[in-house]
Amino acid sequence: MEGNNSNDHYDHEGSKMGMWLFIFTELLFFGGLFFVYAISRYKNETAFALAAEELNVTTGAINTIILLISSATIAMAVSAIQLKKKNITLIFLAITLILAVVFLVNKYFEWGAKIEHGIYPGSEILQQLGYGEILYFGLYFAMTGLHALHIIVGIVIILIISVKVYNEKIHAERFVQLENTGLYWHLVDIIWIFLFPLFYLIV
Amino acid sequence: MSNSNLPNYLEYKGKYKGLLGWIFSTDHKRIGLLYLYSVMTFFIVGALLGLLMKFELIAPGKTIMEAKSYNAIFTLHGITMIFLIVIPGIPAILGNFFLPIMIGAKDVFYPKLNLISWWLYILGAVVALSSQFMHGASPDTGWTFYAPYSFRTQSNVLPALIGAFILGFSSILTGINFIVTMHRLRAPGMKWLKMPLFPWSLYGTAWIQVLATPIIGITLLMVVAERVLNIGFFDPALGGDPVLYQHLFWIYSHPAVYIMILPSMGVISEVIPTFARKEIFGYNAVVISTLLIAFVGYFVWGHHMFTAGMSETSLFAFSFLTFLVAIPSAIKTFNWLATLYKGSIILKTPMYWAVSFLFIFMIGGLSGMVLGSLAANVHLHDTAFVVAHFHFIVFGGVGFGFFAGIHYWFPKIFGRMYDASWADTGWLIFFIGFLTLYAPMFYLGITGMPRRYYDYVPEFHPANIISSFGAFIMIAGLAIIIINLIRSAKKGPKAEESPWGGKTLEWTVSSPPIVENFEEIPEIK
Repeated sequence: MEGNNSNDHYDHEGSKMGMWLFIFTELLFFGGLFFVYAISRYKNETAFALAAEELNVTTGAINTIILLISSATIAMAVSAIQLKKKNITLIFLAITLILAVVFLVNKYFEWGAKIEHGIYPGSEILQQLGYGEILYFGLYFAMTGLHALHIIVGIVIILIISVKVYNEKIHAERFVQLENTGLYWHLVDIIWIFLFPLFYLIV
Repeated sequence: MSNSNLPNYLEYKGKYKGLLGWIFSTDHKRIGLLYLYSVMTFFIVGALLGLLMKFELIAPGKTIMEAKSYNAIFTLHGITMIFLIVIPGIPAILGNFFLPIMIGAKDVFYPKLNLISWWLYILGAVVALSSQFMHGASPDTGWTFYAPYSFRTQSNVLPALIGAFILGFSSILTGINFIVTMHRLRAPGMKWLKMPLFPWSLYGTAWIQVLATPIIGITLLMVVAERVLNIGFFDPALGGDPVLYQHLFWIYSHPAVYIMILPSMGVISEVIPTFARKEIFGYNAVVISTLLIAFVGYFVWGHHMFTAGMSETSLFAFSFLTFLVAIPSAIKTFNWLATLYKGSIILKTPMYWAVSFLFIFMIGGLSGMVLGSLAANVHLHDTAFVVAHFHFIVFGGVGFGFFAGIHYWFPKIFGRMYDASWADTGWLIFFIGFLTLYAPMFYLGITGMPRRYYDYVPEFHPANIISSFGAFIMIAGLAIIIINLIRSAKKGPKAEESPWGGKTLEWTVSSPPIVENFEEIPEIK
């Protein structure tokens, strides 16, 4: 979210407020899917529990830890910029980026294994399973897929922001764009925090 | 301030010249006009599509088109009118132009985002309308995209869905922009309860845009996923639930009705006091009712689904809440009437529109109560009565409010006056045409004519003739109004700073306003 940096007017609080509103909309956006999940689960409880056994809890747990650490590192980047430590800011942003990529690589192998076993929306094997399984895996791919898309967008934004930090467009007096990026990253994190138990842990 | 030497926003030369100076301008006034021109273009298309439908219904049986074309046309009419015109409509055009001026700001909080919103709007429109020109049939689902038909039909629903999704994004960004603008950029001394009522209505609207639109976004994406990936959220053949789709769809689309009507109410709250030469009666009540409508309107979506299968408890709750939401609307109406009472009323064009708004909104609102009661709804569901009701609200309420606003602020926007006698003639013809067109549809609905059919039994013929005749009158009125405004924007006599004696800030700046509205930010006492 861009502030009014074209002219001399800079309002840190206002820019952050816009970002928070955007985060509300994102939560509601995912909320629609969580809503469908809740109703589908209520209707197909056993099938959901059985299908959940197919997922690898270890991979999910590793990804959870990765995202939690990346949330911490981007928060440290926001602190570092306020302490006028440009290099440390850049290092923390780089770590965040690496963790995000590792998350995606993990996801790639996880999805790949499912698809290899013939479990993907519309596949023949899935059609032979019951309604509950079809819905479970439909929701699994839709929700984690949409989440992964947000990770990718996050990576692009963090890259842009890193360049801006490097060029000193973002500095100790004007860091709201970095802070907003951090907020966005925490959002991506918190959505995963809910996806993980709903898909991997409840069996 | 009128004898300012600074260039006004129409003449100002920025980084780009000509057309580029408009489509890349971050000036809220230029963006408002960009929306004005694009929305009005789509509006003319949508109105002509409506006219085609009324032409088809002038006689039973096939008149000018087959059933399939009729289905495609009412779908396109709905998508255009709802997503491209009435939802962005007043906030994007009049809101963009006047919100910053009325609260004493130089621009909105995020000027670039504002421009991006317009570009997204155009992108969404192009994607949605491309469904008409691609290989294959035009969408035939109606604007509601009901499951499971929306992913079973072979027609080009996909671009329409994606277009509506992008338009929703544009709407959300405008909403965020307006909320932050009002929180951060009010002129010094303008406390919340000193803010004019049009900005207040935009504030309520913006919150609905932010809190409701994401739901339709994800719902449309889920239908896209159904079509492309065959997932089955809403497909009974795969264990999904089609009624769930209706819930998700109306969770947004009912509040969207308030996205449409609230700004229109805001315009009326500005016009009536100005032409009654009185302050608005019960300012606080109007503000509170705006927020109440925005809040309660969030919880009434179920009344679109009384015949779709719900528990008795939900039926009762949704019906009750529907009646509840009528109260704040009635509060506003009584406040407007009380403002007129013992006022020194001057009937100028904007006032004609405002007063006819009251009349039409009242009929639309009361017919909504008929539909909100459970027993009557079963009888009237999916009949022409529903079509009449929402055209009274959505076209009558929003359209009359918009035309009131555009005739009210025209001198400020273009710095020129329009020809009042042509404007009044246009209004009269439009008003008569509107009533002739839609009033018979109440009768048709009560006697049982279903909506969305190109054909009907001969008993419905007389009322349909009257209704179709009204459509032609209304289009004639519309043509007069639009031609008069376009001609006056170029050739009308120069307007004064405050032609109507309005009390809000926009009447203190020059007509047309200078680039950043104010030479000095005013202080409100």
